[in-house]
Parts: sequence; structure tokens; C-alpha cells
Amino acid sequence: MRILVNGLQCDVRAATLGGLLNELGYEDQKVGTAVNQEFVRSKDRDGIKLKEDDAVEIVTPRQGG
Amino acid sequence: MPDADRLRLYGSEFGSRLFIGTARYPSPLALEESIRASECEMVTVSLRREAGGTRSGESFWSFIRNLGVKVLPNTAGCRTAKEAIATAQMAREIFATNWIKLEVIGEEDTLQPDVFGLIEATRALIREGFYVLPYMTDDLVVAEKLLDLGCQALMPWAAPIGSGRGVNNPFALRALRAHFPDTPLIIDAGIGAPSHAVAVMEMGYDAILLNTAISRAGDPVEMARAFSLAIKAGRSAFFAKPMLPRDMAEPSTPIIGRPFDQLS
Repeated sequence: MRILVNGLQCDVRAATLGGLLNELGYEDQKVGTAVNQEFVRSKDRDGIKLKEDDAVEIVTPRQGG
Repeated sequence: MPDADRLRLYGSEFGSRLFIGTARYPSPLALEESIRASECEMVTVSLRREAGGTRSGESFWSFIRNLGVKVLPNTAGCRTAKEAIATAQMAREIFATNWIKLEVIGEEDTLQPDVFGLIEATRALIREGFYVLPYMTDDLVVAEKLLDLGCQALMPWAAPIGSGRGVNNPFALRALRAHFPDTPLIIDAGIGAPSHAVAVMEMGYDAILLNTAISRAGDPVEMARAFSLAIKAGRSAFFAKPMLPRDMAEPSTPIIGRPFDQLS
């Protein structure tokens, strides 16, 4: 399935957002997630099914002003 | 100045009236020492994309947590209300705080806030229990609408983000202060030097949030100290009520009894 992850085109096997995080190596990392600009809580990720052309955001803390 | 001159925001009290950003420092050590020198009690942080396995975000978050200061996540760079809302929700989960410095940018050259998107995002986030600190222009009508939505403080700009120009429109900032005498007003963006900070604190502003003026100074730690002192000086001057300026001179030394008076 071809989706956008953090703005980049990716071919992925995972069917859910939780699965995608494991596939991409985030595993136990503390990240924030959104699919198609809608926030997804960490506890809901395994229940969020991905589909072709979805846009996934995966973010972590960073310096800010 | 009152004995207990503490800043109150959304039920929290702050001894310092300076909030600083954590970006663009030459090193983590310079950031840590600048935070200490500034005496600030809350720092801004953000969220950015990160590749799996990198863990630089975790490392930064661990570093900040160990400093023992409160964090104020921002929605920096968001272009729409929808982006800002989702970013705020992600920030709440990661940083475990309801506080959000809400930015919705409307114009690239000036990074001017999109006040329409700001109002839309504020409405949604206040409903969800966020403590919204909205980054706004100095527009009185926008300020009124944000307060109507439930904001307990406002953050007008002094000048464009990162410009260091100081106050672009002192008339507008004075008008804002006069219209909302009881609302905490925090200047966010455009402050470049401690003298700018003194000027807005003398106007009666409650606090200042800045980043680049410290982080890009030749010596960030010394500049952090300078801003801390400037904000205290400006606050004291506000309570002391500065004299009114005059167009013409007025001698400060008494005229009566001047030697040689009326001889020449």
C-alpha cells in the first residue's frame, strides 16, 4: 500500500497505524500521531486502519520558540 | 511594586515574567545555562517529524524535563486551524500538559498570525480544555473575540517573529493595554534587545516571551541575564509611573538664587 509518511511517499505492509509504527522502527518511542490531519491517540493506533494515499504524521519533541 | 507581584495564568503563578524559547542555541549547555540565567519558569517547545529509531526527540524531552521548568508546547508553523488543532492534541499527549502556545501563521514574509484561523482553533481547543495562549496581532477586535471564547491571556506581537525590531506599533500596544487592563498580556515575538523589553514592561505589559534575542546573541547566557534584569526594571518603572515627557526644557536645578542672576 502506498501512503504518505511525514510528507514522503512510502510503500508499507502494515494495515493499521500501530502496525506502521512497528514497521518503521518507532516501536516503543514516544511519538504523536495524526492521520489525514486528525489526531490519533496512542491507545487508538492499533484500531486505525490505513488505506491507500493516507497521510500519516509522526512527530516527537523538538526545540521551539 | 506590590510585595507579591506574581503573574497569574490559568490558575498557575509565576515569579518570573519572562518565558523563553528553546530553539537556535549554539549548544544544549548554552540553552541550559541561559534558562538558569533568565530565571524563567516556563519554556516553549515544539513537535517535529522524526524518522523511526532516531530518538533525538526523546533525548531532547528528557533534557528539558531534567531542568525542572514548566513546558509550553507551541503549534509553530501551522498554516490552518486544522493543523494547529491536531498539533495541539499531539502536544498534549506527548508533553502531558493542557498549555498551548497557539500559532496559526497566515503570511510567509512576516509570519503574521492568521487571526481567522486562530479564532477557529481557539474555539475548538478551549472546548477541549486547553489553556490557550494565542499568538495574535495587536488587533482590539480579535483580542475581544479571543477573550469571549475563554482565553485567560493574550499574546500580541511586537514585531514579526525573529525580526528583533522591537515595538513596531506602540500606539496599538498602548491601546490594547488600556482596553484590557485586567487581562494578562504577554508580548510574543519581535523583541530584540533588553531595551525593547523595558519599553513594553513600562507600558504595563505583564510578561514577555522571546527566543531569538537570547539564543542568537553573541553570549546567550549573559543576554538571558540582561533580559531578566530588563523585565524587572520595566515592571518596577511601570509601578513607579514615569514622568510625562515635555517638548521644551525645564531646569532641574532651582533658578531662584542662581549666582550672578540679573547681572549679565
